[in-house]
Amino acid sequence: MDNLFFDTYIWPLLLVTAHSLAIILVLLVSLAFFMYADRKIWAAVQLRRGPNVVGPFGLLQSFADILKYLFKEVIIPTTANKPIFLLAPFVTMFLALSAWAVIPVNEGWAVAEINVGILYIFAISSLGVYGVIMGGWASNSKYPFLGALRSAAQMVSYEVSIGLVIITVLLCVGSLNLTDIVLAQKTVWFAVPLFPMFVVFFISALAETNRPPFDLPEAESELVAGFMTEYSSTPYVIFMIGELANIILMCAMTTILFLGGWLPPVDIMPFNLVPGVVWFVLKICFVFFMFAMVKAMVPRYRYDQLMRLGWKVFLPLSLIWVVLTAAFLQFTGMAS
Amino acid sequence: MTLTSLAFYLFASVSVASAFMVIAARNPVYSVLFLILTFFNSAGLFILMGAEFLALILVVVYVGAVAVLFLFVVMMLDIDFAELSEGFLQYLPIGATVGLILLLELLLVFGASSRLADSNPLPRATPEGMTNAEALGRVLYTDHIYYFQAAGAILLVAMIGAIVLTLVKSNNPRRQNIAEQNARTKEDGVALVDVKPGQGL
Repeated sequence: MDNLFFDTYIWPLLLVTAHSLAIILVLLVSLAFFMYADRKIWAAVQLRRGPNVVGPFGLLQSFADILKYLFKEVIIPTTANKPIFLLAPFVTMFLALSAWAVIPVNEGWAVAEINVGILYIFAISSLGVYGVIMGGWASNSKYPFLGALRSAAQMVSYEVSIGLVIITVLLCVGSLNLTDIVLAQKTVWFAVPLFPMFVVFFISALAETNRPPFDLPEAESELVAGFMTEYSSTPYVIFMIGELANIILMCAMTTILFLGGWLPPVDIMPFNLVPGVVWFVLKICFVFFMFAMVKAMVPRYRYDQLMRLGWKVFLPLSLIWVVLTAAFLQFTGMAS
Repeated sequence: MTLTSLAFYLFASVSVASAFMVIAARNPVYSVLFLILTFFNSAGLFILMGAEFLALILVVVYVGAVAVLFLFVVMMLDIDFAELSEGFLQYLPIGATVGLILLLELLLVFGASSRLADSNPLPRATPEGMTNAEALGRVLYTDHIYYFQAAGAILLVAMIGAIVLTLVKSNNPRRQNIAEQNARTKEDGVALVDVKPGQGL
């Protein structure tokens, strides 16, 4: 009896916990290097050196930064709403990390392979706006509040086009399961037949994660640091980790939806010997490189331009593409 | 006591408690946040019933969009919190009556359906070998397509109505023509003028 209880409840629980912890650990450590890569790429474009003091080539700069933040005093404004002020960064980080539960880094390597995986990620990423709104409101200060309002409008707007792009991909796959989505790209990556949607998704992902050129919620020339103005030390670093984890999540989403996940570029001898994880990580790095290059090269959008792009360009474009894809699949008889 | 029923009691009790806090919280922002917690736990209940598609749609639509708008509006209102919660006890009898009627009705429905269930057991949430989304789609887009389209049309009309109601007609609408702006060249916008001293333009 005892053994049965252990086998059915405790052992799977331990297994899932260990798996989740491993993913979180790898993710957090890799975030430090993504942060470093972001700064290095940005510096290289501007002909600067970037971080180069801590460790060889400055590789340990992010760890030094994190330690510095952790050992600083936490300052909470007296008029701030304390519980919500402290809850906001944790909401951001918790949501960004929990979405990773369904990401398949290789065939069958996801912590939870659920049938509605893509919907789960969409739901989690649509909640990301709460961290920002709560942080901005609880700070009880003008600039954070303005930043929160901006980001709420921005994230909700771009979610619409992201949703329609996801629908286009799902029409081609016929399943909401992330593994099925990757396996459906065995012959050709969706980035090729759905190239316009790939571009729309990439730009919407930039807007959804508040990356430049859409970083209006934290535009330093207008709003100091936007919703993060009043944050310092540990809560601030938790916000930063959450945002960065969200960015990497969006890179992983782009990889899964359009760049064939863990599949090699061509299924021939030298390429298919490389394990799937390596391809997956390489593709994430490539998408992240594009994110970083956009940050370095494109000037910040004006707020009305941002809204126009979301509602008047991307929404009609992705809607038309959904109809076109559905019609194509129906009339060529390729619909499953 | 299996793990499922343990999860059910957890989700159910938290959702009832947070639903109570929605009306009991003094700060309306707290109310909205408790509402979100309620939605989450309801989604958990849906998942326990095997309706994972509905659960995630609940989170996407209600938590991801509707509650954001609530929060948006509530945060920008300038409300006297103390005054707002004053009439709370006054309306308690009315609320209790409505709640009691709902409870009675639910009990009646439950009693009737459980009597039926004895003779013919309730069907599963989804047919065998079919995912949630597929099962819903097969019903929604075939048998009930007219109702589905009608609901969509009603929502569209409501949206247009809301836009028309809030549209302010002014004599000086500051509209910009993006194509015209993009088509501007240096020749259109810049003129080189040789200004004579003491004359001006």
